[in-house]
Amino acid sequence: MNRRLSKSHIYGWLLLMPAAIFLIAFTYYPTVATLAKSFFSQGTAIKPSEFVGLENFESLLEDDIFWKIAWNNVVYAVGTIPISIALAILMAVWVNGRLPLKSIVRMSYFTPTILPMIAVANIWLFFYTPDIGLIDQVSRNFGFASHNWLGDPDTVLGCIIAITIWKEAGFFMIFYLAALQTLPPELEEAAYLEGASRWYYFRRVMFPLLMPTTLFVLINAVINSFKLVDQLFILTKGGPDNASSLLLYYIYEVAFSFLDQAYASTLTVVLLAVLALIAIGQFVFLDKRVHYR
Amino acid sequence: MSGMNRNTGLSFHLETAAAWLLAFLWMLPLIYAFWSAFHPPEYATKFDLFAPLSLENFRVAWDQAPFARYFLNTFMLVTVILIAQFILCTLAAYSFARFDFPGKSIAFALVLLQLMIMPEVLIVENYVTMSKLNLVDTITGVGLPYMASAFGIFLLRQTFKTIPKELEDAARVEGCSTLQTLWKVYVPLARSTYVAYGLVSVSYHWNNFLWPLVITNSVNTRPLTVGLAIFGAPESGVDWSVITAGTLLAVAPLLVAFLLFQRQFVQSFMHAGIK
Repeated sequence: MNRRLSKSHIYGWLLLMPAAIFLIAFTYYPTVATLAKSFFSQGTAIKPSEFVGLENFESLLEDDIFWKIAWNNVVYAVGTIPISIALAILMAVWVNGRLPLKSIVRMSYFTPTILPMIAVANIWLFFYTPDIGLIDQVSRNFGFASHNWLGDPDTVLGCIIAITIWKEAGFFMIFYLAALQTLPPELEEAAYLEGASRWYYFRRVMFPLLMPTTLFVLINAVINSFKLVDQLFILTKGGPDNASSLLLYYIYEVAFSFLDQAYASTLTVVLLAVLALIAIGQFVFLDKRVHYR
Repeated sequence: MSGMNRNTGLSFHLETAAAWLLAFLWMLPLIYAFWSAFHPPEYATKFDLFAPLSLENFRVAWDQAPFARYFLNTFMLVTVILIAQFILCTLAAYSFARFDFPGKSIAFALVLLQLMIMPEVLIVENYVTMSKLNLVDTITGVGLPYMASAFGIFLLRQTFKTIPKELEDAARVEGCSTLQTLWKVYVPLARSTYVAYGLVSVSYHWNNFLWPLVITNSVNTRPLTVGLAIFGAPESGVDWSVITAGTLLAVAPLLVAFLLFQRQFVQSFMHAGIK
């Protein structure tokens, strides 16, 4: 028994080893190194990197661009998450029901998921172009003046949010569709026999039963709102005047355009802290509140 | 019975119309891309039903950027990542599913951490690592951070756990070693999980952009997404029709595969999401 157990130890660790080496090299080590670097200054040719304590974090607190971008990220999250989840539920209910041309509709909803963000941003760029763009061509028919959607700080973030919702909703739909297919059909029949309206059935029966899925999708959506920045490279480069920049994009800029790795590491620590908060939130909420409130 | 009035009432027709309208809106970018790519440039922003069709934009796009090379790079990249992921994740998943060792639950929790801290977040530090390893601007360098995937380990572990232990015992009685048992019993029985994970992985890495942008800087390593971003940049002075043609070229293989195996794709994403 004892020998068998120790053999199991060895095999267990040996099988895990290759993956563990990769995870240590490209996830754990860089996480720790990032944390360490945030306490050092950026070395230059004349002045080598040295320990500066919390100095990087102090400049972070005084960095107006950082605060602007942090706020943008909050707006981006609040703008994308509820609408894409609501649309995803709506899509799933439609596609799961008795809709004519169901399979074509389902395909249309899902297609954005498999297209690269970079490629679709090229197409959306045309939609947003002033005068000749599709939005301006259509709105002109209704008497609206042409508008520089991506050039105006007031509308640019909304444009970024729109393309993200379009990209995400169909992906989230899949999870709702899978969940809906596990609901017993008798439930719906019984509700209607009792005279419940469709909206009542949705609100009191379906939505609570979909809660675990909603939680799973919600976590993914929150992570995405810190991860999905590809479209910025094509559409706005974070501009005008950082009005559409997001945290991960700013990290990229600071590290690879401004070549300040120390500050980029400090910004990464903020992003890691946000992700840690999400992880803790997931842990706390996962067991409670999932079923039937 | 109750289905009857739900299928004929006004609200049913309204809902159908709304669902179709949303589907049309969702397809609109792609519909526009096809319009613009298959018509001469003067029709890129002018919608005329009788506009002449043309393949000229595709020829121009193909000549203006090394798309053939980009295709090759992306193809090599997704292949290398997929093979490495299958091997690393299979071994680790088998360990978590069927072996007992001290520290197993902590190790598993650490693995799951990567679901939160994805390689995208660590671009700054991983770039430093790659330059130390002399792997900047190589396809290996693009692939390395993704090879041990927490998602793959988790997915395969769940599948392996559902396989009856008796099958493993039977293989052992017949004299199979640990790796032989894994190869002959577990891997074949987890086929549908491999297909699902493979499709998700290939579409993710076909579309991935930020890390490849950071780590590549030459035509010989750049994947399609990075090539496309350079090709479509306003500085390059290429017109709309050619950009949309290039865009369609880049997405074509994945899009065609998706249209052919739609059910498989949708089920894979479902399968991967439910766990």
